[in-house]
Amino acid sequence: MSALGDLLGKRQRISAHRPWPRAVVDAEGWDSAAFLAADGRCTLLGLWGEKDAVHMALAVQDPLEIAILSLPCPDGAFPSVGRHHPPAIRLERAIRDLFGLTPQGAVDARPWLDHGRWGKRRPLGEAQADAGAGEPYAFLPVEGESLHQIPVGPVHAGIIEPGHFRFTANGETVVRLEERLGYVHKGIEGLMAGAEIAHAAKLAGRVSGDSTVAYAVAFAQALEAALEIAPPRRAQWLRALMIELERLANHLGDIGAICNDASFAIMLTHCGILRERVLRASDAAFGHRLMRDRVVPGGVAVDLSNTGIDAIRALLREIRARFPTLVQLYDRTTSLQDRTVATGHLSATLARQFGAGGFVGRASGRAFDARQLPAPLPYGELGFEIATRTDGDVNARVWVRIDEVTQSLKLIEQILERLPGGNTHIALPSVSEEREGMAIIEGFRGDILVWLRVGADGRVRRCHLRDPSWFQWPLLEAVIEGNIVADFPLCNKSFNCSYSGHDL
Amino acid sequence: MNKLMLQSLVLPPVTEPAPTPDQAALAELAANVDAAARRKLGRSLSIREVDAGSCNGCELEIHALNNAFYDLERFGLRFVASPRHADVLLVTGPLSANMREALERTWRATPDPKWVVAIGDCAVDGGLFAGSYACVGGISAAVPVDLHIRGCPPSPTQLLKGLLALLKS
Repeated sequence: MSALGDLLGKRQRISAHRPWPRAVVDAEGWDSAAFLAADGRCTLLGLWGEKDAVHMALAVQDPLEIAILSLPCPDGAFPSVGRHHPPAIRLERAIRDLFGLTPQGAVDARPWLDHGRWGKRRPLGEAQADAGAGEPYAFLPVEGESLHQIPVGPVHAGIIEPGHFRFTANGETVVRLEERLGYVHKGIEGLMAGAEIAHAAKLAGRVSGDSTVAYAVAFAQALEAALEIAPPRRAQWLRALMIELERLANHLGDIGAICNDASFAIMLTHCGILRERVLRASDAAFGHRLMRDRVVPGGVAVDLSNTGIDAIRALLREIRARFPTLVQLYDRTTSLQDRTVATGHLSATLARQFGAGGFVGRASGRAFDARQLPAPLPYGELGFEIATRTDGDVNARVWVRIDEVTQSLKLIEQILERLPGGNTHIALPSVSEEREGMAIIEGFRGDILVWLRVGADGRVRRCHLRDPSWFQWPLLEAVIEGNIVADFPLCNKSFNCSYSGHDL
Repeated sequence: MNKLMLQSLVLPPVTEPAPTPDQAALAELAANVDAAARRKLGRSLSIREVDAGSCNGCELEIHALNNAFYDLERFGLRFVASPRHADVLLVTGPLSANMREALERTWRATPDPKWVVAIGDCAVDGGLFAGSYACVGGISAAVPVDLHIRGCPPSPTQLLKGLLALLKS
């Protein structure tokens, strides 16, 4: 039995939790779980709170095992996980800001999402009015000779999301980057609590616009797990199709944008054309360029017509005709390679420790991909390979994207060829008691985790959405160290973390 | 690269003809925009984009305006890196409380005369995020808005129609 199984073995299980087990632990069990994550026997998938409890999702790989551990917090405190396992630090700071639960022994007591601007403290816990007009943030001290600081943001120079980067540099070399996020915190989890399913599903689709499909699928699948229903096969295949179209659009956009950050604009132009073609084909097939609100609990909101199939087939032909030339151009331009090779190196150890998902983890040898998880999505019936590299630099992250474009084309082709017939939606049943469900979906950026509890009245009680960026943002701070300031845009774009998905 | 360059020279551009300006946008602008300010700015506008809590959907479509199909710059509209260079602030999102001060400071840093264009459904009144403790709910709660372009997100064509109305009002 695995370490995780051992931990679960003797604990009280929550019966209404699907598809993975959830067990209640005491402080000692909670600490043991933190140690499992700290010594690498488990990967921390998520850590979230509610009014009077904290939850931790853990995974063991080979064979894959997932479990959720919960610790009741009657005294408003829980033993810090972050003091043993750094990836948990920001998650704990967010729990304290939102719910007022204190991580005991935490190494970083500063607020994270709460900038003192909400008019209240602990908005999702025992809320307390607070007229604070924003207080200065205590950035980490930096000591040394000839250091200067470069503050950037929250409003950036490009058309991107807001966040603050505090660089400390020695000449051109970055010695420390500290991120401050939370600027786009919208209180989505607060809005979800008590919301009707249809409304909550729309909110889930607006957590991170570039991953609207992946989030909508994650929410729907968590809910369907809780209600123990299975949407029609055709709906599952169409969901996978939309997820792969979304992945294509984002990867194509990113490959171009990374090259553009090295002033190699021709790649941006040509990748931009291909990206636009994906969005237009998605619009033709599903009626929306980003396919927003097209995945709904119980199935999908629109069926795919023959015209839609033709549009996607034409798209596949065009990308297959044009993309290889662009890849060759990337690969053969030494001045571009000079910027991407060996830049922003992420070690395999850090990628593993943080459970880095998506191309960030896979470019540093962490071969996890949530598409390998068992059904309901049809990936188990489709042939595809998981792209991995071990170099861990900007170049490796570009190549993982390039390989994933090829794999997505392959997947889309198979889905179109073998798309099952039948209905695309089933009605949601009513239930007589509270139910809980969880889902992990591989969006373009990595694994998105959604955990929810739905009440007998058909409303969401609590829903937590964990973006892959939570475990990628801290790594960006690590990879920029020792690089020159001018390479930050390349490193940043090669990660392309979500601000909105992280800030919620 | 040479082959790609050569093809770019020989093949026709993918850029599409301009759509007609949005009538509703023209009406909103007629009420909001001072004719004198318009004359001063002429037919070329510099745009600074500010994300005030968006889900990043609007940013994706604003980005698309720069691709070869829409080619925003042919209309004299271009994105600039600083509000100090801008005539227009293009603002997205329901205005998160944490971004309010940054938006106000960006607005103050933009020289007069200036216009504010609010992009997306949630920029109107908070949209789906209205009522959240963390959202102010609509861009006009913090800075005066001259034009709203709705949509979730608005497509590049809708964005282009609204921005062309700004040039032609």
